[in-house]
Amino acid sequence: MSTDTATAVAPKKESLFSKKNRKLLTDPLDDSNPITVQVLGICSALAITVQVQQAVIMSLAVLFVMIGGNVIVSLMRNIIPDRIRIIVQLVVIASLVIIVDEVLKAYSPDISEKLSVFVGLIITNCIIMGRLEAFALGNKPGPAMLDAVGNAMGYAWILLAVALVREVFGSGAISFPGVGQVKFLPESWFMANGGFYENNNLMILPPMALITVGIIIWIQRSRNRSLIEEN
Amino acid sequence: MEYLSLFVKGIFVENMIFAYFLGMCSYLAVSKTVKTAVGLGFAVIFVLGITVPINYLLENFVLKEGALVWLDPAYAAVDLSFLSFIMFIAVIASMVQLVEMIVEKFAPALYGALGIFLPLIAVNCSILGGALFMQERQYPSIGEATVFGLGSGVGWLLAIVAIAAIREKIRYSNIPDPLKGLGITFILTGLMGMAFMAFMGIEI
Repeated sequence: MSTDTATAVAPKKESLFSKKNRKLLTDPLDDSNPITVQVLGICSALAITVQVQQAVIMSLAVLFVMIGGNVIVSLMRNIIPDRIRIIVQLVVIASLVIIVDEVLKAYSPDISEKLSVFVGLIITNCIIMGRLEAFALGNKPGPAMLDAVGNAMGYAWILLAVALVREVFGSGAISFPGVGQVKFLPESWFMANGGFYENNNLMILPPMALITVGIIIWIQRSRNRSLIEEN
Repeated sequence: MEYLSLFVKGIFVENMIFAYFLGMCSYLAVSKTVKTAVGLGFAVIFVLGITVPINYLLENFVLKEGALVWLDPAYAAVDLSFLSFIMFIAVIASMVQLVEMIVEKFAPALYGALGIFLPLIAVNCSILGGALFMQERQYPSIGEATVFGLGSGVGWLLAIVAIAAIREKIRYSNIPDPLKGLGITFILTGLMGMAFMAFMGIEI
């Protein structure tokens, strides 16, 4: 769906990339970021940010499940009975997550091993449930898809930022698939080779993920003071 | 003795919050006062204690490769484990619903206390996480799976009550404005996580 087809086909209807819809895409990146402002989907954001590679795979998986879930639920929004909507949403999400899990197991078993239970936990990732409840149930598939992309991107950039900090300071290098580890500092600087630098192993351990996210929130709220909470 | 070790491990060493970050969403959202935190904590113990053994039975008698042999030896090659996510979440969602109805009928006082938290729990990651860890670790008996579920629940209760108590007190402290609320809670949880790392490697 490119911009020109959307505007050419429907002059009367609101185009897919109108100002309002663009806002759906950009808002979650900053002012209503799912992790730092809406407080959704924290579990996986913290647990799989030891390596950039894992964070990228996780973000792609969440992007896929979110787009799929939002579009499917938005298409079914008029036929889902209100009382059982949670179960319906869970089934839709769980089916999409099974697809992701099987694909990961088939094409990159080692990453699938490292992510362990966290692929399955995408099902209970509150970002997805939250957006289905708050947006997909009341909107057309087009905007629902934009909302999904926006929120998944907002989730992804926090994930990548945390993973980058943790991997660079924790391992002193970033590992890319196929390339191996790329080191930033010369070998002779490291303590093991008689230098002065040592990797901060604490960064790899769970607590530092929390503190890194805390600092990101601090920076974001100092820039945008309207987000500050009262107590 | 094995049970005790598993229980203590679930509470301290492999704490759901500090080691695996499971159930963080409700942990952050419902930890403003100790009273509500205790309510949610007990609801989580309750639901984990029920769903982990049920999912254990499901895993071992339906889903695992060759688990259906008790029906007919011809099913030895059937492997339904790809269905486990959807089965586990269905069990959890329906158990939560069922527990809610039973508690409402037979223990109205408890229902009043847990009331609003019970439905929330269906989407709490620590419940599905408990089921998935149980599947990954292949506990040898249903007893061990149950003890693991209860231990994880108690660990979760401990974590949420501790952070709620700190948050009640920290209201009187002078925190930089942008850190108030969510930011300081993250940093506090990180510091508590560091303290909990002291339990690493404990064996009983």
